[in-house]
Formats: sequence, C-alpha cells, structure tokens
Amino acid sequence: MKKRNNAVLLSTPYLLWMVAFTLIPLGVVAYYALTDPATGAFSFRNLKDLGMYLPVLWQSIVYSLASAVICLILGYPVAYCIAQCRPATQKFLYMLVMLPMCMSFLLRTLAWVGLLQDTGILNSLLARIGIGPLKMIRTPGAVILGMVYNYLPYMILPLYATIVKIDHRLIEAAEDLGCNGVQVFGRVVLPLSVPGILSGMTMVFVPSVSTFYISQKLGGTDTVLIGDVIERQFKQGNNPNLGAALSLVLMLLVFVCTGIMNRFGGDSEEGGVIV
Amino acid sequence: MSKELIRLQDLTVEFDGERILDGINLYFNDHEFLTLLGPSGCGKTTTLRIIGGFLKPTSGTVTFDGKKVNDVPPYQRQINTVFQRYALFPHLDVYDNIAFGLKVAKLPKDEIKRRVSEMLEIVSLKGYENRSVDSLSGGQQQRVAIARALVNRPKVLLLDEPLAALDLRLRKDMQNELKRIQQATGITFIYVTHDQEEALSMSDTVVVMDKGRIQQIGRPEDIYNEPKNAFVADFIGESNILDGVMLQDYKVRFFGRVFDCVDKGFAPSENVDVVIRPEDIDIVPPEQGHLVGTVTSITFKGLNYDIIVEFKGFKWLIQTTDYHGVGSVIGIRLNPEDIHIMHKSEYSGMFGDYSSYSAEYDELTEDAADEEAE
Repeated sequence: MKKRNNAVLLSTPYLLWMVAFTLIPLGVVAYYALTDPATGAFSFRNLKDLGMYLPVLWQSIVYSLASAVICLILGYPVAYCIAQCRPATQKFLYMLVMLPMCMSFLLRTLAWVGLLQDTGILNSLLARIGIGPLKMIRTPGAVILGMVYNYLPYMILPLYATIVKIDHRLIEAAEDLGCNGVQVFGRVVLPLSVPGILSGMTMVFVPSVSTFYISQKLGGTDTVLIGDVIERQFKQGNNPNLGAALSLVLMLLVFVCTGIMNRFGGDSEEGGVIV
Repeated sequence: MSKELIRLQDLTVEFDGERILDGINLYFNDHEFLTLLGPSGCGKTTTLRIIGGFLKPTSGTVTFDGKKVNDVPPYQRQINTVFQRYALFPHLDVYDNIAFGLKVAKLPKDEIKRRVSEMLEIVSLKGYENRSVDSLSGGQQQRVAIARALVNRPKVLLLDEPLAALDLRLRKDMQNELKRIQQATGITFIYVTHDQEEALSMSDTVVVMDKGRIQQIGRPEDIYNEPKNAFVADFIGESNILDGVMLQDYKVRFFGRVFDCVDKGFAPSENVDVVIRPEDIDIVPPEQGHLVGTVTSITFKGLNYDIIVEFKGFKWLIQTTDYHGVGSVIGIRLNPEDIHIMHKSEYSGMFGDYSSYSAEYDELTEDAADEEAE
C-alpha cells in the first residue's frame, strides 16, 4: 500500500508534465482537426479534404521506409562489430557513433546542401576529373540520404544494445551443434537481434516520416513530404484546422506502422529495446 | 575392450601470461564416464573447452580417434556439449531446440521428427514439444540441454557442471538419470564438476585437478582410499592429515608413537603425510586407546555426529554414531589399514587440520625430530 503511494508520488512530476505538454496539446490538435475553420463549429470537413494529400503521405512512407532499410543495412554490421570489441573499445566506438548527434541537426542538414548542390563541393571535385556536373540536390536520393545521415545513430544504438546482450554461450552452443559462421549468424544471432532491428527501424522511421526540414533543404518540388504540407498549413496556408487534421492522421499512421513492425517481432518477450 | 578415443599431450594454456593449464597428459577411452574434478579455477573447464574446440591450447596436441584436431573447429567435431546453465536458444521452443543440430545437418524431416520424439521420451519430456524454454523449470531445461546434445548421437558428450544449478533432490535424481543414459547409449561422457560426491558416485574414472595440473587419476575407490597428496585427501572427503616419519616398510611414527600400517616403498626415515579418514577411527575407553583426547565440539549430522577431538593441542575430526559430550575424554584405536601414507608435496601442511597448529603440537614434532637425530 505504502509502496504504491510512493510510486504515485515519484511519478507525479512526470504525470503533470505529460498532461500539460502532451495530453492537452493533443486535445487541442484534435479540437482543431474536428472544427470548421470558417464557422468554428464541429465538422468532419478537414478530414474529408485529406484525400488530395494521400500521394504525399504515401511518398513520405516510402522515403522513410527506404531510409530505415538503408540504415539497417549500414548499421547492422557496424553494431555487430562494435559488440564484438573489448569493453573499452566498445565505449570509444559507441561515442564515435553518438558524435554527430552532438552537432545541431539543422547544421548537419545544411552541410549537405553545400556538398550536394550543383556548384557544390562534390560537383566541383567531379568536374576536375571530367565528370558531371551531376544533379544531386533536389532529388529523392538527396532526401533519403539526409534521413539516413541524420538518423543512422538511432539505428546503430538499439542494435548494438541488443547484440551485445546475446549470450556468447548460445553462439558456442550453435557451433557445437554443427553451425559454421554463416549458420550461427542466420540461426541464432539474427533471430535474437530482432528486437533491436524493430526498435531501430521504429526510431528511424518515425522521425523520418514527419520531417520537413530535410526535404525542404535537400529536396525539390517533387519530393514534398507530409511534414512539409503540415508546416505549410500552419504558416503560408493559414489553415491550422487542416494542419491539425493531417497531424492527427500522421500520428495514427505512425501507430499503425510501428504496431505492424512489432507484430513481426511476435512472441519475442524483450519487445523493443529503447535506448 | 575399451579403445582410446581422445588423447591430450603436454597441453598448456596461458592467458595474459597466466598459466591456466600446465602440462596436461590424459587419455579418454571409448564408452567411458570420466570426470574432471577440482575447485574453481583448477583448469577443468578449460580442459573441456579444448576438447570441444572452443579454445586452442598454447602448446601441446589434442588427438581424436588418432588424428590431431587442434585446429578443427567445434562444428566439425563429433562432440556435443551440455553447457553450464544450459545455453538453450530462447527464440526456439523445446522441439526446435532439440532438433537444432539435426536441422543444421539437413536430415530428412521425418527422421528429425522421429529422433526428437525418441529423445523426448528418453528425457521424459513428452508433450513439451511446443513449450517455450523459458517456461520450463531448471530440471526440465537441463533435460532439454541433454536431449539437444544427445540427439546428434555424438561420440563424446561433454558436460560442464550440468547439475550445479539444481537443488539437491533433483541433482540426485539427475545423477542417476545421467548414469543410466550413459550406460544405455554407450557414449563417452566427459563430466566437469567441483562436487566430489557427484564425481565419486557417477564416474568410471576420476581426474582430480588443481592449479592447472592433474593431481591424481584413478577409479573413485582408489582416489578415495589412496589419495596421492594432501590436496586430494582433503578435496575428496574429510581427512585428518598429520606429519609423520616412515621408519621402515609398514612402520610409521606420528604423535610420538609408532603405528603399524600397510604402506611400503618409502625411503628410510622419510618425512610423510599421514591421512586418517574421520569415519575409520574407532573410539574406545581411554585406557585402551592408542591416543587419548578430549572432545571439544560435537555437531549432529543426521547419519552421524562430527566430533572434534583434541589430542595434545592438535584437533582431529572424528565421525561416530555414538554421542560423546563436550569435555568427555575418549581413547582411539587406529588399525593398520586405516592409516594412509603419502609423500610430502607442495600441499603438505595446507590441509587436514581441524584447528590451527598449536604450539604444543610443534613441540611434539620437534621432540620427534630430536629423537630421530639421536
């Protein structure tokens, strides 16, 4: 009894925070989404107008999934290698992975503009060896590159945390039962990394699907993402009601996507390892 | 009848300059139940890991069936292991854990099914096929681990303290079970434990190890009855170990008195360790005793009492079924076959007293030494 009182007392600050900055704003978003911008009356009109944004929404999902998959392909070997190192080396490499995150997200994205633009650093280098100029900026590739670059650490860290916890004796047990290196990986290490893969995918997918800055700086007119559209409703469009409706739909979509991903994890009891 | 299967020759292992194994020479026969016994850090698990292929020796050779296998990886050896704390695959159910090795070997599906259910029968886990391994008790997990190894029909099964995590009753049951499985299958078992009782009751051969070296190899009875040095005498069962002098064959002097014994072949007047097992000592009225002492403590153990008896300052452990209260004066008699003589070793003086050496006892041995000098 007393223990429960303590638990309530200890979590009070966070509960207050959550009510003030998550639940109430969420209510406000829902209120705007379900209100007619002209009359202020209850209305589904905003949700009906969403149809025209479906292609943008679809594009956002495709780009985000692509970047999550690329992050997985790049990140898994790195996470695996870090987990095999000696503890001191692990700490150092872990820090290296974290290092870009110490730099401002805006600055990191802007740096890519300088690298990729038509008269940028990469193109002037290519010109010297007689190639190009290549069109790199304002392409889907540039947007996905921006996502991968910015969110790769969010893939590596949960993967590392999962792989490093795999009991080494399980690997020996697999070798003992006849597995060569490739089979050990396929039959034991990979299945046991699934929780880390799922949480890494989620942590890359969620911020990617709602980003607007990356697509604005690195993308062109045909790489508009849902985040851009939402931002536009609040700024230029001056239609916060529609923006709120879009946000609400995006949020539901993220829930559904992460739900599906975690369902793949099935009965693995560890669930998502969030770092 | 039994042919040699594995041989370890001059095996040495070093980690960061520390010597873990120091010149191990050992062979294993086919169909044998051999136990590596010793305290933690003695090198027994390291020896097992070398046989399994998980570790390469710093120097020395490992031969399997006459062929050198130092560089053969674990997955190419006809050896399976039951790991300490089992190392079951948490992402697979009981059936898939047991079937793991057979699936890797790409056996036909129906044969896998037949062999797994046969194995489930042997370890009495029928009906548990689809249970997750986390939902099993320690004893059940242990049996899955045994089944997972045995289903591959290895030539040798390595067992690394497989019963250490179980409670006493279950451990006794599993000891019988393992012995039965070993006899039924005829597979060579190499068993690692620090539990001397387990080693004595299950094994055909016991190898006692300490400090990376083999201290003694023998049948359980021989190890118990004829320990080679003070370490073995102390590690296997309880022992009173005394300083003595071998006067000639069959005559040993300790506690200032000459006793008949059954040992021979020592140098004249060689200093020796004398082992007397607590259960071998006969308690008699003081006037009939070879030695007379005073009981200083008594502990009820169920089967018997453990009493500590002080003889001129040196304390012995004696096991008796009769009650002797603290302070009572008793005599003891030692029959020749109760006295075991060992050469002095690096372990002499480290084990086998049930109090610290007292000043009086030092005097006594000095007296004996003086007498000898005369």
